[in-house]
Order: sequence, then structure tokens, then C-alpha cells
Amino acid sequence: MDTYYKPEDLLKFEEIGKDAPDLAKKFFDYYGAVFSEGDLSEREKSLIALAVAHTIQCPYCIDAYTKACLEKGSNLTEMTEALHVVTAIRGGASLVHGIQMRNIAEKISM
Amino acid sequence: MTETIPCFSQTLEQHDLVLLRKQTETLQINMGLLCNQACKHCHLDAGPNRTEIMDIKTIDQVIDFQKQCRFKVVDITGGAPEMNPNLCYLIENMSDLSDTIMLRSNLVALYDLKDDRLLSVLKNSKVIIVSSFPSLNPVQTDSQRGKGIFEKSIQALLLLNQHGYGKTGTGLDLNLVSNPTGAYLPSSQKATEKRYRDILKKKWGIVFNHAYTFANVPLGRFKDWLRRSGNHDAYLAQLHKNFNPCTITDLMCRNLISISWDGFLFDCDFNLAADLYMGNKKLHISQVNSCSFENDVIAVDNHCYACTAGSGFT
Repeated sequence: MDTYYKPEDLLKFEEIGKDAPDLAKKFFDYYGAVFSEGDLSEREKSLIALAVAHTIQCPYCIDAYTKACLEKGSNLTEMTEALHVVTAIRGGASLVHGIQMRNIAEKISM
Repeated sequence: MTETIPCFSQTLEQHDLVLLRKQTETLQINMGLLCNQACKHCHLDAGPNRTEIMDIKTIDQVIDFQKQCRFKVVDITGGAPEMNPNLCYLIENMSDLSDTIMLRSNLVALYDLKDDRLLSVLKNSKVIIVSSFPSLNPVQTDSQRGKGIFEKSIQALLLLNQHGYGKTGTGLDLNLVSNPTGAYLPSSQKATEKRYRDILKKKWGIVFNHAYTFANVPLGRFKDWLRRSGNHDAYLAQLHKNFNPCTITDLMCRNLISISWDGFLFDCDFNLAADLYMGNKKLHISQVNSCSFENDVIAVDNHCYACTAGSGFT
């Protein structure tokens, strides 16, 4: 195996059901329902998925949801803005823990 | 990624489908390959350097054909049909011979001409304008159609609205067509129409009747771009993967005849681009002596996958 990630493996996703078909069916049914049009449009859901894909740094998801976003009518400006939203949340999550740091430091400092 | 897909005719066979013509309802007239733009997705390779346009002799033959057959819809396309000096002559002569006339416009040709007579002829004949508008995003639009096209398209839509196009009660229909700005499938028609309606109204006060979404057809300049960008095989594979047998019933090739700028008959404009004559027989309009083509076999090739992917191309 020369690499862990192969683009063609994305197309084989459904094969994950081979040894646990009932669980796979439940998952894929749920997955399909999640991404169908609701109060949020399919386009908005794809933008959220793209942002999350970058947060969890899943190359399969980034590949799939970059294409899905374009197919649902989004453009690169919107997609980039979505990435900045998750970047802000990730950065903010680190920074807000600085309060914990400050609390601890203040408690043990003179 | 390199994938070999089965021939379109094989796929039809696998689904026990035969693609035959129904009663012809639409006469599509390609006024020529001359265009003010050289869009990257153009299946005809139309552009400013093309010189092929339909001459008056062929236009008269087309009018005579319509007099004989009285197809319900006349669908005028190009290139940019506005650049054929005999467009008004064709529309005025077709006006009483058909229920509906459609003009496929790239918007900018119509806007740049600033031809009051043409606008007046379009309005008098209640010609439906079907205009290319790929995206609400200027970068995406210009990447497909050329620099500055988005802004001019907006100005053209505003001008058409001023003339009553797209407005309720005027009888002047303005429809938008969105093709993807890359090697991917189009978004849902319903969602696109809603989004276009909301944003065009909110940002520019623009109104229209319907928005349609169609897949790009792997022919002409688009095929060249697919090959150059390394997307060709994956795009074909995607079209094949999304083959939807339910689209066959309403494919446009079943009830349309497309006439090339030099007067030859095709099952559709894409077959025209592929030099695939109607029913695989080269026939000039001057040689046609019938209006009935029902049950004739339709010529197909792998570009037909673009019309059968997802919800199809009708």
C-alpha cells in the first residue's frame, strides 16, 4: 500500500455495508435524510458539510463536498467564507481556553 | 482517473430502450456559428472568428418548410442569432406560422446591438427570450463566458425588464438558463429558480419567468477544455453514472428538428455540433417532402449522456 488515501476509494463507500448491512443501511438512510431539503436548503447543508470536512480534515469529504457545493450552485467565495467560519471557531476554541489558563495562573500566582 | 464507459446505444439496450422520434413539435433553426463571445462550454465552438451564418436563401427554405408543416414552436439559436442580419425577417415571417417563437440569446449580443427594431420585432411577435445566465457570481460567469459578461448580462436583463420582458401580464416571457461553470452536474432546477428569483430581485430588482438548469454537453469547445484540464474521462463517467432512463420519454430530440446554418437536418443541436445527421442520413431542407418523422430512429453518440443525466435535458 503506497498511500492510505486513494480517490477511487470514495466511490466504494457503500462497500462498508458488506459485513454489517443492517447498520450500513441505517447509516446511509439517515445520511440521505440529513442532506435532503429541509428548512435548510441542500446548498446550505453542503456548505456546512464542506466546512466540517475541513475541520475533521477528511480528504474524501473535502473532495465530495467541494463538488457537491458547486453542483448545488455555490461559488468559491461562499465556500471560502464557510472555511473561515470553521477556522474562526477552531481558533476561538483554542483562544477561549486561555481564560482557563488565566484562571489557573492567577490562582497560583502572587 | 481513466474510465471506459459503455456506448450510449449499449446503455439504451441494457435498459430495453429504443430512441425513436415522436410527432415533431419544434423547429429549431441555427442561424450560424458567428457569436460575439467564445464561451468555454460552447458545444458548437461558436465565436467571433466564425463566418458561417444562415443565408437568405436557406432562411426562405426554412420558412417554406414551416409553411408546409406548421410546427408549434420555432426555436431560434446560434451562435448569437442576433448577429445574423436576417433575424428580424425570419421572425416576422414565422410569426403567423407558429404558436410560439423562442430566441436563445446570450444577452450581451442583444444588449450590445442596441437595435430598437429588433426589440420591437421581438415584442410584437411575443418572442420568448431564453437567455444564458450561468451563475449569480460574477467570477463564475466570467470564467465561463468572458471578462465583463456578468455585468453586461445584468444590464441586458434590466433593459429587457424595462421593455416588459419577465413582467406579469405583458405576455413577454424571459427565461434564464444556467449551465455549470465547470466539469460538474447542474444544480436542481427548482432550487436554482428560487435562488435566482430571490437574489436577482433583491440585488438588482430583476424579474424573470423561469430558470432552467442543463448539463454541459461534451462537444466542441467544452470537450476541448475537458481534455486540456484532465476532466474528460471523469466527466463522462459522471454523466454515465447518473444515467436516468426516465428522461428518455421527454428528450427534446424526440419532438424537435434542428436545422443547421447551411440547411441540413439534425435530431438536435448537439448532434448538429457532432455532425450526426438526423437518423444518420444527410438530408438538406430543400430535399424534404414530408412533415412526419414519427418512429424514425434518432442518431445517438456518447454526448447524449449529458441529456439523460439526473433530471435530463428537455
